[in-house]
Amino acid sequence: MDNLYRDFILEHYRNPHNKGFLDPHDLHFDDSNPTCGDEMSMTLRLDAGGETITDVGFDGRGCAISQASASILTDGLRGQSLDQVRAMNPKDLLDELGVPIGPARLKCALLSYKVLQGAVRGGEFEWPAEAESMTG
Amino acid sequence: MTTQMTPGSGVGSRIPGAFSGTALRTDFPVFDRPTGTGKRLVYLDAAASAPKPRRVIETIADAYGHHYANVHRGIYELSEDATARFEAARATVARFVGAASPREIVFARNATEAINLVAYSWGRANLRAGDRMLTTQLEHHANIVPWQQLCREVGATLDYVSITDDGRLDPDDLRAHLANGPKLVAVAGVSNALGTINPLTEIVRLAHEAGALVLVDAAQSAPHMPTDVAALGCDFLALSGHKMLGPSGIGVLWARRELLEAMPPFMTGGSMIIKVTLDGAEWNEVPYKFEAGTPAIVEAIGLGEAINYLTDLGMDAVREHERYLFEQAWAALREIPGVRLLGPDDPAIHAGVISFVLDGIHPHDVATVFDSEGVAVRAGHHCAQPVMQRYDIPATTRASFYVYNDTDDVEALASAIRACQNLFS
Repeated sequence: MDNLYRDFILEHYRNPHNKGFLDPHDLHFDDSNPTCGDEMSMTLRLDAGGETITDVGFDGRGCAISQASASILTDGLRGQSLDQVRAMNPKDLLDELGVPIGPARLKCALLSYKVLQGAVRGGEFEWPAEAESMTG
Repeated sequence: MTTQMTPGSGVGSRIPGAFSGTALRTDFPVFDRPTGTGKRLVYLDAAASAPKPRRVIETIADAYGHHYANVHRGIYELSEDATARFEAARATVARFVGAASPREIVFARNATEAINLVAYSWGRANLRAGDRMLTTQLEHHANIVPWQQLCREVGATLDYVSITDDGRLDPDDLRAHLANGPKLVAVAGVSNALGTINPLTEIVRLAHEAGALVLVDAAQSAPHMPTDVAALGCDFLALSGHKMLGPSGIGVLWARRELLEAMPPFMTGGSMIIKVTLDGAEWNEVPYKFEAGTPAIVEAIGLGEAINYLTDLGMDAVREHERYLFEQAWAALREIPGVRLLGPDDPAIHAGVISFVLDGIHPHDVATVFDSEGVAVRAGHHCAQPVMQRYDIPATTRASFYVYNDTDDVEALASAIRACQNLFS
């Protein structure tokens, strides 16, 4: 379990990238993880065409896994189209985290994904089935 | 008398006659099992659910294997045997809580269902639009949400006694709310999120003076200290078997006989009737009026054996054991910088439940690092979100003690906290 907290996870947790609330913004969504009390907001700015992400900020409080996951996820968003974001597979984010995420922590790891999907889809996004069946 | 002290701590010693948690561990098969990292299991989550002694597990297996049939209906020896064991468990529960008669003991699924039984049956028959009832800010959701639903449905008002910065019910606020004439006061014996032991005797006295009935949520108190409804004078009491070394799926509602007699049924169906025609039904006598359908027969028998295990130890001794461990742990954790402890400082009003926050480290990260040290604790809101809101924290880490814990577990807790702080420093 110690390897869950590999240095780069802790580094993202201590110095998260893209942390903050963008004002003004084009898209915004808040969500929480009721079992942990984690809360997260995501704000996005789009280009003139309204299709490509130019800037992103996430804000909130939560555990090292949820914060590092948001930091890593948001790093890859600039220049992505909304269609590309909608088509993202949550497994890719887990792969990018690269540490073993057990069932108890899956919702922590995917909270940023859920909030991002809520932002680009304009509303609450259902948990991926594998996360829904594994609540901590 | 042997006095065991943690080096450097000036806190209380064991009382004569207290038992050794380390020695009792051999009674619990779960401690034979190594943790995922190969370390000794340090189980500090009794407040969520307790491990089972071998005696209880063997009683359950024996009941299913050799004494099982449906109860209260078979005209054959095996069913009479099962019925006798089931009813003996009811009598054991009655003695354990100080009930006047086993007929005051209703088996339910857990404390949650027992409280819901009162909310649906007594509540909907007795609470009217414009009435008030009272609970507190430190309750488990099981002692909040049923009352919210009840009050919403009948148009009554639900008030909450506020809590102090150190996690005690505010006595002035209690008096102020009682002056409004609530019909019922629903209060926990012990807060599962903070460990606070509530002054039940005083609350019952004040509530009765104000004309209110009192329901005690004993889910967190009955496993850890003596319970005596006669001495306490309360009107309803709910407990869960799985938190007191018994199986899951069995809980208890105790209520004064005359209340049970007057209350309408909660669930209806088989067993709870005396006569059914196509035009209607007549209810069975108490407690069977509240036990529709085949009950959790073996679970009740298992609970009876768990109570036998506890009463063999003695509930006063259980309480003293946990008080000793609380004092050791509280003193040890207070020495560690960056640890914020919740709940009252006074061991006389703090059960063996320690809720804490580590500066800058989320409780879920704490619990994960603890897990790698073999230390099982609960992280989260402990089904008491209003408590988290009161202290403006998302969650806490909670360590809770029981009979099989000892000072080595206290040391493991303190050392896991340091390991966690080192990792995140």
